[in-house]
Amino acid sequence: MHKALLGLILGGILGVFDGLSAWFTPAARPEILGIVMGSTVKGLIAGVLIGYFARKVNSLALGIIFGLGVGLILAYAVAAMQPGPNHYYFEIMLPGGLVGLIVGYVTQRYGRGPQSQPATQ
Amino acid sequence: MMRFLSDSAIERLREAADFPDLTGTRYELIDKLGQGGMGGVFRVQDTALDRQVAMKVMSLVDSDGTWSARLLREARIIAKLEHPGIVPVHDSGLLSDGRPYYIMKLVQGKRLEEHVSNVAALSDRLRIFLRICDAVAFAHARGVLHRDLKPGNVMVGPFGEVLVMDWGLSKVVAEKTENSVSQPSELSPANPRDRTTAHGTVLGTPGFMAPEQTRGDSVDQRADVYSLGAILQFLSVDSSSVPRALTAVRKQAMAEDSSHRYQTVLNLATDVAHFLDGLPVSVYPEGPLIRAGRWIVRNRVWILLLLAYVIARALLIFFRPR
Repeated sequence: MHKALLGLILGGILGVFDGLSAWFTPAARPEILGIVMGSTVKGLIAGVLIGYFARKVNSLALGIIFGLGVGLILAYAVAAMQPGPNHYYFEIMLPGGLVGLIVGYVTQRYGRGPQSQPATQ
Repeated sequence: MMRFLSDSAIERLREAADFPDLTGTRYELIDKLGQGGMGGVFRVQDTALDRQVAMKVMSLVDSDGTWSARLLREARIIAKLEHPGIVPVHDSGLLSDGRPYYIMKLVQGKRLEEHVSNVAALSDRLRIFLRICDAVAFAHARGVLHRDLKPGNVMVGPFGEVLVMDWGLSKVVAEKTENSVSQPSELSPANPRDRTTAHGTVLGTPGFMAPEQTRGDSVDQRADVYSLGAILQFLSVDSSSVPRALTAVRKQAMAEDSSHRYQTVLNLATDVAHFLDGLPVSVYPEGPLIRAGRWIVRNRVWILLLLAYVIARALLIFFRPR
């Protein structure tokens, strides 16, 4: 499987679960559909970016750092967009960063990288 | 007055006589590397290419030419086996005294038994074993049996290269073309045209020889599988506890009855590679719990990451600001 596609799928799945966890916050339940959709889109964007990076850069350490960075930046953007005085930066950025870290690790370890050209004599 | 020579003087004369006269060849003698069953191996200088190579020379008294024919046959067999795990033959010919010789790459490494004394990790030893299997499987695919596989016939070079040496007892059981691969059934019957090792003749090394080889029966590639099993035992004997799956692999390779062994070296190597990769091996059935444990160990990093994520999520849910 292409690394970007792997990142997309994994980011999407983790994004769905990320959004569904809002169900445990009673105040957020009426808006759960929007939260899940937003979280999924965030996961998809993070996944494809991290997967594309993994295809270009073959380094587990850099992949994890890049994944963590992308996850944190996107989660920060989501938290900043929250209406009201409380933005829940910590509550949103911690799992967001972890999602990026996981996707970064998985896309470096698994998935199909660029094909090398066979040597000719 | 007649004077007698001392024993040491006789020994020195004998050694000098052993050293080949390389007059008329492009090689210059440097020193002796070792002595095999039918020939000595010398370090020589190839004056044409300005490099050191190894020369194997017949050292037995050979009145009817049988041993000379065997040495040249060995050279021809090795020359056919172009593989990174098999020492290459560069040249062959006759010395001025009529003795045959062949020239091969000078391997400056350690014998396997010496090398593994510095290799503690079982996984590293098994990787060496797989390289041996590669070379032997290649020879089998070319229709050649080694018949004397043992740690002493495996060299490990300074860069980790693994070379299967001493094909003096090898046997061609099927002529193969470059791209063809032998099936077990093709290699199974001893070639009736092969008269070099007659039925009933016992050649090999005790402890590493298959039972059918010890009895002097005709052998096929499963005899080499047995020897590889003995090498596997040798490589894992120092380990504090040999995993059961690996013990099962070794027992299967060394089964008394050749029909109960791995039928090809490839099958044996596949199981050892699976063992190294943390996968189940074909000869050791595992329960679902062991399989699950193996899967978890193999994927522990991302499982831990996922677990960290779930825990972080759970903590945030239960300790969220009210």
